[in-house]
Amino acid sequence: MSHLYSPFVTPSSSTNRMMLNVVIALIPGTLAYAWYFGPGVLVNVVFASALALALEAAVLLLRQRPLKPYLGDFSALVTAWLFALSIPMHSPWWLIATGIGFAMIAGKHLYGGLGFNPFNPAMIGFVVVLIAFPKEMTTWFAPAELTGQTLGLADSLRYLFGLGDNAQWDALTSATPLDHYRTSLGMDLTISEIRQSPLFGDFGGVGWEWIANWWFIGGVFLLLTGTIRWHIPVAMIGSLLAIATLFWLIDPDGTASPTFHLFSGGMMLGAFFIATDPVTAATTPRGRLVYGALIGLLVYIIRSWGSFPDGVAFAVLLANMATPLIDYYTQPRVYGELPEEED
Amino acid sequence: MPDGSRSTLPFHLHRFHGGLHLEDHKQESATRPLQTASLPGQLILRLKQHIGEPNEPRVAVGDRVLRGQKIADTPERVAAPLHAPSSGTVVAIEDRPVAHPSGKSDRCIVIEPDGLDEAIAFEPPDLERCSREDLLRLIREAGIVGLGGAVFPTAAKAETAAAHPIQTLIINGAECEPWITCDDLLMRSRPEAVIAGIRHLQRILEPAQTLIGIEDNKPEAIAAMQQALDEAALTDTRLVPIPTVYPSGGEKQLIKILTGHEVKSRHLAFEIGLLCQNVGTCAAISDALDRGQPLTHRIVTVTGTGVREPGNWVVPLGTPFEHLVELAGGFSVERPEPIMGGPMMGFEVRLDAGLVKAGNCLLILNRDHRPEEHECVRCGRCTDVCPAQLLPQQLYWYGRARQFDKAEEYHLFDCIECGCCAAVCPSHLPLVQLYRYAKSEIREQQRKSWKSDRARKRHEFREARIARQKAEEEERRRKKREALAKKKSTPAARPETELDPVQAALERVKARKAAQQVAPKNTDNLTPAQRRQIEEAEARRRKLKQGPDS
Ligand code: SF4
Ligand code: SF4
Repeated sequence: MSHLYSPFVTPSSSTNRMMLNVVIALIPGTLAYAWYFGPGVLVNVVFASALALALEAAVLLLRQRPLKPYLGDFSALVTAWLFALSIPMHSPWWLIATGIGFAMIAGKHLYGGLGFNPFNPAMIGFVVVLIAFPKEMTTWFAPAELTGQTLGLADSLRYLFGLGDNAQWDALTSATPLDHYRTSLGMDLTISEIRQSPLFGDFGGVGWEWIANWWFIGGVFLLLTGTIRWHIPVAMIGSLLAIATLFWLIDPDGTASPTFHLFSGGMMLGAFFIATDPVTAATTPRGRLVYGALIGLLVYIIRSWGSFPDGVAFAVLLANMATPLIDYYTQPRVYGELPEEED
Repeated sequence: MPDGSRSTLPFHLHRFHGGLHLEDHKQESATRPLQTASLPGQLILRLKQHIGEPNEPRVAVGDRVLRGQKIADTPERVAAPLHAPSSGTVVAIEDRPVAHPSGKSDRCIVIEPDGLDEAIAFEPPDLERCSREDLLRLIREAGIVGLGGAVFPTAAKAETAAAHPIQTLIINGAECEPWITCDDLLMRSRPEAVIAGIRHLQRILEPAQTLIGIEDNKPEAIAAMQQALDEAALTDTRLVPIPTVYPSGGEKQLIKILTGHEVKSRHLAFEIGLLCQNVGTCAAISDALDRGQPLTHRIVTVTGTGVREPGNWVVPLGTPFEHLVELAGGFSVERPEPIMGGPMMGFEVRLDAGLVKAGNCLLILNRDHRPEEHECVRCGRCTDVCPAQLLPQQLYWYGRARQFDKAEEYHLFDCIECGCCAAVCPSHLPLVQLYRYAKSEIREQQRKSWKSDRARKRHEFREARIARQKAEEEERRRKKREALAKKKSTPAARPETELDPVQAALERVKARKAAQQVAPKNTDNLTPAQRRQIEEAEARRRKLKQGPDS
């Protein structure tokens, strides 16, 4: 007789459902992205997802694991999607393949698969291509609002396979607002001068700030469905705002405003979708606060003094490294352990 | 305050961490009145139905027994005897499948009831003249154990606790697990028995106050108990409705809710002046002390989606579970899943096993497919609900990796196996099962290392004894040698010196004196170490006396 074990209750949630929620929450922001920058982002997402699922299936076959439960858990999809959103649009296929390959194999399966990976797989893939292909990774397209046009689906596909037109390419690319900041500040321009650039909107960059809003809305959905908890996003955003405000008050003309930091780059996406990846985040309640705050802090440090324009990926990976330590030192007080007792 | 029971002062309730709001499924069985179970064809009574020392049969195969007759006992203190629940013949004393998570078999006394239900003459004791010790002995003799599920012998628990000043006696009527309603029915149908039992406990323990905790999803039980309490006019006793949150009926959780205190890890409640007893146990105490009846029956809830007519029955112990299913109208599902206890902490049982004192509920569910398991994604939901405030995901991680020392460091043994973590885990991991396994593995290791520890200590002791004997032997031989050497050396000195007889006599006296001084004194009753010290000192002295050249 096979023994059953308690509790005998129908589970109220599943990992698959949580991952599916993440995918759902990514949809509005992704559509907004396509709206402002053209359908190229969708090409990225679809190509990366297909590749990730194929790789996942291949690795599962190699590891002799059943396909259905693992492929059906949506985690490969989430990884691919987040990676595709992090890289520039119209990236060539080999860049995407390299990133996804590293994300799925080195970032996930070499550690034993989902649940065992200490680092966020999407960010592993991102950092690998960022270091390997710095030129491609810093070629960003300007929002439609600035150039008056975006690439259509056919053109996007052409660029994906390296068949695009170079002249057209040059006309459409531009620095990201964060990039622009770095170079301009390097040229000793003041913030108000920098903000004259048409790249900037009300809070962050034109287009970018609206996408950030949609990430935020997706994040609220994740919070309401209980997919993620508030600790990490709140701590991450809070710490970034705190340190950005501090430096901004000291030198308002030489540093970017806190809201600019919040609405730029991968911050919103990072706070709600990347840093909240439960597998690689701290797991104790207090630990999550520390973890989120650490990422916010690192993002600011890397953006301000590091050699890369955005710091979310590095910040997340560095915090991943600190996760075991954070968890160890933030263990909750066990029932019956009196707070004043330190033994 | 003469009548503490009707206090209208607001009572400050505390909260415990985590817990779950579960669908309580109480209506299914609680809406029917308490019924009396019919006798089954056989009563299968496990010899050991309590935590503690095992019982030995006091009857033989072929004996006729009467209801209330003691059929198994042990001279040990931490135990509870067993009594025949009905009259009949002992047909076997053998291994039978028992109600146990492992599905194992154990020694049982099998009685075939004759249907007459003849009882021994029950003699209520003269309580006026009973001392506290007498009361405890009577409770033990009646075979009473904690009926909330822990089945620890009540007399032993109360006796240990009575040695401490008990501030608060806590009566547990929470009944927090879904589906189970046996305590609810008991409080509704026999509240005066519960209150009488509380009165006896108060006499034994002399607590400063008594608190009765009942979850607020049982308004009828609360009303009935309050009325009985008012009528009995118990002093400093108060009924406290508590919020319905699983597992409020866990001893540690109920203590927290009612008193705000927390029982330290590896400590017992009475160490902080608290004692918990279940309402069913209180009624059993009243039966024993007011009527002289031992524990032979208990109320059982038979319920679940898998039986036609759920309800509560007063059931003789040893009744096979299949008989209970018949009482409840039979199965209503194709693939029934019989569980003893509630859905959160119960375990699957065989239907041919007999009811034990711990059996508060037979839950029949439909055998669903277990949802797929995934890896732990460290989502932390388990942490949010764990009433022991543990990190179940870390326990899982280390338990599965067999890093048991680490699991212990993360307080594995503070886990109360409530099942909250597993109920919310989105990866559907068998967390509690793993914790039980890890605990048993650690206990096994400890038992082994304790054994080898004892063997090592014994070995060391033996070595030490041999060494001491050797040292003593050595010492004796040395003394002998010295004495011999002295005897020899004295005459040998003469030819060398060629002194005159007077001088020689003087020399002899001197030598004897020296020998006397050098000879060790009071060496009896000394440890080898002391002896060695003395020996060394003597050796130094000898050296000094005899001069550097000797
Ligand atoms: S609830 Fe399950 S998946 Fe989530 S952290 Fe706990 S054990 Fe892991
Ligand atoms: S079973 Fe143990 S670890 Fe799980 S919630 Fe209950 S006390 Fe916590």
